[in-house]
Amino acid sequence: MIADHLFFTCINILLAWSVYVSLLTGSLSFAQGAFMAVGCYASGYFTAKMGLPMLPATGLAALISALIAALVGYPALRLRGIYLILATLGLTFCIRVLLENMDFLGGIGGFGGMKGGDLPKAAAAVVLIGIVLWLLSISPLQRVFDAVREDDRVAAALGINVTAIRLIGFSAGAAIAAVAGMLYGHYMSFVRPENFDVTLSIYVVLYLVLGGVNNLYGAILGAAIMTLLPEYIRFLADWRPTVFGAAILVLLLFRPDGLLSFRPRTALSKHGRALNAPGV
Amino acid sequence: MQASHVLSVANLSKHFGGIHALNGIDLQIHEGEILGLIGPNGAGKTALINTITGFYRADSGQMDFMGHNLVGRSLHEIGRLGIGRTFQNIRLFKRMTVLENVMVANKTYAAHPWSAFWGFGQRRKAVDEAMHWLQTMHLSHQADVSAQSLSYGEARRLEIARALAGYPALLLLDEPAAGMNEGETEALIQDIQTARSQVKAMLLIEHDMGLIRSLSDRVVAMDYGRKIAEGSASSVLAHPEVKKAYLGEDE
Repeated sequence: MIADHLFFTCINILLAWSVYVSLLTGSLSFAQGAFMAVGCYASGYFTAKMGLPMLPATGLAALISALIAALVGYPALRLRGIYLILATLGLTFCIRVLLENMDFLGGIGGFGGMKGGDLPKAAAAVVLIGIVLWLLSISPLQRVFDAVREDDRVAAALGINVTAIRLIGFSAGAAIAAVAGMLYGHYMSFVRPENFDVTLSIYVVLYLVLGGVNNLYGAILGAAIMTLLPEYIRFLADWRPTVFGAAILVLLLFRPDGLLSFRPRTALSKHGRALNAPGV
Repeated sequence: MQASHVLSVANLSKHFGGIHALNGIDLQIHEGEILGLIGPNGAGKTALINTITGFYRADSGQMDFMGHNLVGRSLHEIGRLGIGRTFQNIRLFKRMTVLENVMVANKTYAAHPWSAFWGFGQRRKAVDEAMHWLQTMHLSHQADVSAQSLSYGEARRLEIARALAGYPALLLLDEPAAGMNEGETEALIQDIQTARSQVKAMLLIEHDMGLIRSLSDRVVAMDYGRKIAEGSASSVLAHPEVKKAYLGEDE
């Protein structure tokens, strides 16, 4: 039981991180459910239908997901705010309808035969991707992302290709979501397009908002709380969406930056001191 | 005055609805000079900088920067070609430290995301370089503080340091002395002189005529999106059109 809960916590941490990476460049994505589905189906096709080992199948699935993100993102990431949110929501619907109509992937009936997804693999993925994100957070690229998020036009005037940076963030997020999808599919061994509903995309964003959007540990906290808490407070199970919604509202009122709100230090400073500015 | 130009703008126009922010302006910035640009509020000075740097798209006209056509280029292309700028309404990255503000302008990082992510070996060099620009603008003691905690004058100097960090050939300063007291302005004149030695040419928008007089090699006056006078600071300030623009018809 506990292994199941921890497994889904890992999945949700990965998904929250996938939103986080995209949000670092200022793009709020509600398409992570779609990228998770792509990763799940693509890797499942490679392992169950073509007999590929899990690792290369995961890599290929992440690549496909990132490519789709780049193709969709190139026009869509010119949109900001509510328009970008609508575009990414639209992508979630599109992918679901596409999957329902692709017969070689089982269509609406679902797709099965994957196996081998378990907690150690999920934990390994969390550790590996966590290390990459930590390296990012201490690298100058993090500040390039920050610059694009804070003032994209000034960033561009400094010679930063804002569209390219946003595509990197969005595609990296899609690849991480694909890894989560791979783990999910190979754990469940049978998936249907409806598993990747738009509510999933919304939940994932809320995990991150709950935990804190401006550092990579917020995603861990948010995903862990929202995955584990309902399991251990059973009497709330039916009220989960309500409690979740209320918690988010309260949080946004009192801690708009999330539960964990601090800015990661980069190794940029000669003196290595962290920034402790009010309101950051 | 036939020195080679760094920037040549010809018949440049930009309008917003019925308002002509730029109305067929011609302007050259020569190598080695500081060109002062004056004019009353709304004359189109900032609109000119915004159009040169790609913040606005020109409706018509030509812009040539050291042999490169600027018309139709995107913001980051123009930045990479070597045009740096500051902003009238200070636009620092407030959530970063002073040092980080300068470091994101490092061309290696701005243009190559991969080396920004992985270039551990270059980091010390990039930090040293950024510290050099901070020293140039007398901000090195503030390197690790948040950019939003800087005073007005410091913030304006940081904008100059950030612009210099991209090694621009042409630096466009939009009212660098706005909001500064007399002492700060005095110090700024020295700093701009220092900055001048780092670039090929400079365009200086300023309302402080003392600053314009002490720094500009040549002055252009604008009104209603047109050039109304050009020449030495004293001749332009004495020009009847310029007086009329600042003081009104009755003068």
